[in-house]
Amino acid sequence: MFKSLTVLLLSLISVQPISAFAQTAAEKGLAIAVEADKRDLGWQDSTADMLMILSNKQGEKSERKIRIKSKEVGGEDDGDKSLTVFDSPKDVKGTAFLSYSHIVSPDDQWLYLPALKRVKRISSSNKSGPFMGSEFAFEDLSSFEVGKYTYQYLREEDLGELKTFVIEYYPTYKHSGYKKLISWIDQKEYRVLKTEFYDRKNDLLKTLTYSDYQHYLGKYWRSHKMSMVNHQSEKTTELLWSNYQFRVGLDDSSFNRNSLKRIR
Amino acid sequence: MSATLANLVIRYRWLLLILALLTIGAAGYGGSKLGFTTDYRVFFDEGNEQLEAYEALQNTYEKSDNVLFVLKPKQGDIFNKETIKAIQWLTNESWQTPFSTRVDSIANYQHTKAEEDDLIVADLAGEELELTPTEIDYIKNVALNEPLLVHRLVSESGHVGAVNVTVKLPGIEMDENNRVATFSADLKQQLEQKFPHLEVYMTGFVMLNEAFQVASQQDMATIVPLMFMVVLLTLGFLLRSVTATFATLVMIIASIVTAMGITGWLGIKLTPPSSSAPTIIMTMAVADAVHVLVTFLQQYHRGLNKFEAMRESLRVNFQPIFLTSVTTVIGFLSMNFSEVPPFHDLGNIVAMGVTAAFLFSVTLLPAMVLALPIKQKIIPADKEQGMDKLANFVINNRKNLLWSMTIFTLVTVAFLPKNELNDEWVQYFDKSVQFRTDTDFVLENLTGLYTLEFSLKAGGEGSVSDPKFLKMVEEFSDMAESQPEVIHVNTFTDTMSRLNKNMHGDNPEYYRLPQERELAAQYLLLYEMSLPYGLDLNNQINVKKSSTRVVVTAKNLSTKETIALENRLGAWLVVNGKDFDFDVASPSLMFAHIGERNIVSMLGGTAIALVMISILLIFAMRSFKMGLVSLVPNLVPAIIAFGIWGIFVSQVGMSLAMVAGMTLGIVVDDTVHFLSKYLRAREEKGLSATEAVRYAFANVGKALVTTTIVLGAGFSVMTFSSFSLNSDMGVMTALTITVALLIDFLLLPALLLTYEKEKRNVQEPNRLATESNISTAN
Repeated sequence: MFKSLTVLLLSLISVQPISAFAQTAAEKGLAIAVEADKRDLGWQDSTADMLMILSNKQGEKSERKIRIKSKEVGGEDDGDKSLTVFDSPKDVKGTAFLSYSHIVSPDDQWLYLPALKRVKRISSSNKSGPFMGSEFAFEDLSSFEVGKYTYQYLREEDLGELKTFVIEYYPTYKHSGYKKLISWIDQKEYRVLKTEFYDRKNDLLKTLTYSDYQHYLGKYWRSHKMSMVNHQSEKTTELLWSNYQFRVGLDDSSFNRNSLKRIR
Repeated sequence: MSATLANLVIRYRWLLLILALLTIGAAGYGGSKLGFTTDYRVFFDEGNEQLEAYEALQNTYEKSDNVLFVLKPKQGDIFNKETIKAIQWLTNESWQTPFSTRVDSIANYQHTKAEEDDLIVADLAGEELELTPTEIDYIKNVALNEPLLVHRLVSESGHVGAVNVTVKLPGIEMDENNRVATFSADLKQQLEQKFPHLEVYMTGFVMLNEAFQVASQQDMATIVPLMFMVVLLTLGFLLRSVTATFATLVMIIASIVTAMGITGWLGIKLTPPSSSAPTIIMTMAVADAVHVLVTFLQQYHRGLNKFEAMRESLRVNFQPIFLTSVTTVIGFLSMNFSEVPPFHDLGNIVAMGVTAAFLFSVTLLPAMVLALPIKQKIIPADKEQGMDKLANFVINNRKNLLWSMTIFTLVTVAFLPKNELNDEWVQYFDKSVQFRTDTDFVLENLTGLYTLEFSLKAGGEGSVSDPKFLKMVEEFSDMAESQPEVIHVNTFTDTMSRLNKNMHGDNPEYYRLPQERELAAQYLLLYEMSLPYGLDLNNQINVKKSSTRVVVTAKNLSTKETIALENRLGAWLVVNGKDFDFDVASPSLMFAHIGERNIVSMLGGTAIALVMISILLIFAMRSFKMGLVSLVPNLVPAIIAFGIWGIFVSQVGMSLAMVAGMTLGIVVDDTVHFLSKYLRAREEKGLSATEAVRYAFANVGKALVTTTIVLGAGFSVMTFSSFSLNSDMGVMTALTITVALLIDFLLLPALLLTYEKEKRNVQEPNRLATESNISTAN
């Protein structure tokens, strides 16, 4: 909460010099982002299973199975912590990936390679790279934090049966692969329904559609099907989520280097 | 029939004039729809095996259209603050290139190193570095020892560095390639301004595509005006009449506008080969016009009035012009048998132009000449002294000529096998095209553009990590690298070995492939997880991780050498990688293979054209024997021309395969004119063979020389093309046409006389003897 307020204040200061209209649009965009973030606060921790289906232009398909544990973290430069375990393909079974995401600085990442029986810290400023060869970049999958972007409210629009806010996001992270994102956020529940990703030259790169939203703990919405289409490479990736569990009692010790080796 | 048509043309000349103008207008409007193609792939038919293989490869991995910037500091190597800053700047800015998907340079090369248990993945020369001497030394040391970089993005000595921009053109709009090229040219300019200590060169497939367009436009802009000058000079000299020259010019322009306009309507995109169509049409149109006008002026200056003179000219010329136009059209249409679509276009556009030229030369041209004032200066019929001497020479030396021409032909035939197929696409452009000079520089200083791309297939999903497969790929890469003509091999196994080293605390002993499949797979995962946007592994490993692409870059290779390398590497894989499948494809292979297949299909096309034209001649001359006799002067010129080519040049590109079929339609004209006059003399005037030969020389000799000069000059102008396929074709066609005239003047009459002599020997020995006496007495 504190984090969001700070960011809000900072954002307000930074947009001061812009014209009155733009200021309103920026303000409005930020307000919506803050509201969306606020509505997703307090879930504490969660686990889920994910099936990733990659397809290329030739119609070749490939699947990966992953389990993800996440823990909510607040702070000025801190996003959530997550632990990802790969179950398939068989060759990488047991590989585990620990990440402390950050807003403006590079994430902290560790990888456990069972074949090497070692934990390696990966020092890399790359959040823009593809996740397991998919069309999702790290930055697309990591938790939403208000401070990761600056905003611009565009318009209202109907998407299917839902009324949405259409908002532009500009990444604050220097090494982001994107110039901007455009999201369609449903006005009632503040869920993201669709996001378009624009590459560094501001061309449409990918479109992500969220569907099959389900409600947890009477408050938190989670999409169970995310479809990413890369318009340039004509490859697609589908993420199918299942088995969501919240507040299973994961503490910090579940998210340190040692936990990587233990996890199966 | 010709007389009736002549009368009709003269009576309805005003109507014809208006109709012609309307046709030109309607067809010509299509010219506004003309466009230039900007993709080297147009040289390949959709069903082309090599193209399909290459497209499949590109779909599996990543499309590799690219712009390669090569930077050379005027002094020293690239490892200094200024130059590294320049590479960083260019790397960064290149991301803004339209349709770019990837930018590679030593600046953003993902360097991995170990520090205790940390794996550090970072740009080798990222912008956050201060570039102190120590840092620069480190960069230099890494770059010059990294097999993925040397000969690809940095030269062995470090004297040049490169930034490679990969683009994926969506193929929706025409100007995509041009947008990339324009953007890149602008970047180059900015770079040179910001960093004046650098020389910048540009190559890559985008620039190649751009060069095709530039070459087409350059040809249109330089050769067409040059051709107009040649035509004006020739016409002025031959016709000595302003009106006639003007009318011919109008008729030529009308033919070109009509043909190019219809091309536009049909949506045919121009390529360098087809952009030589206007020149060829112009040449053919002049030949038609010359026939009509020379006779007209002859008659007119002999005192006939305009209408009578034109009536006579049309009567005499209508049939030969029609016949020669038909044969020319057949010759050019034979290009449709080619494996190379731009030559279909060239053949079809010229065929349309020749048809238009025929129609205009018997309608628009006479109508205009009759409508315009034209000076009449009565001159007595000139006696063709020169031609008469030539006729006598041929008649007296027919035996010697027959033998010497046969021997000459056989000698040139002996040189035919010296011709060697070669389609090196860099050398399609001469040094006036910047793409060529830049590419030459890059070839000499950094890397090659001729590649062979191998897709090595490990089998099931994830099996690229199979140690057995990795070992095979590594051995294959080492073997390829050791080939004398190979400059660089881009293989994923180098990355694997490096990662293994990194994961063992950078211990150089571990610079080798991991021995277990799981370990390799996990390295791969680890590495993939650390790569930034646009630098992923998709260009080396497919989605299923079941196959990998190894790119072998070679220096300048001829078609033969390319295929030899392909076979050598392929044979190794068949023997040593027998558990694994592989595909090989690349633009170089596409060009290497098309030459041979093109020749084979063009032989078929030429044969069909020959049969059709011969049948046509048999009907036109109403003589089966004459049709057969005509085979000799129709075929021999191309054979001799290729023999001469074998002696002096011997490199045969894809356009030369076209020449035999195409020139057949043109050289046959000479034969038709000569034989038809000969036959007319024999049949209508009842002259003897010797007299008929003399008659033929007197009547068409000058016209044949004239048209040969016009055609020869026209096709010679094509040698000014910056595109070698066009200039070769020009030289070869001009050569064939010139040889054809020699054959028609020296061999054909000798052949006719010998043949007729045998026939007449029995019947009229005396008459023949007397005639010989008379002619010697002359």
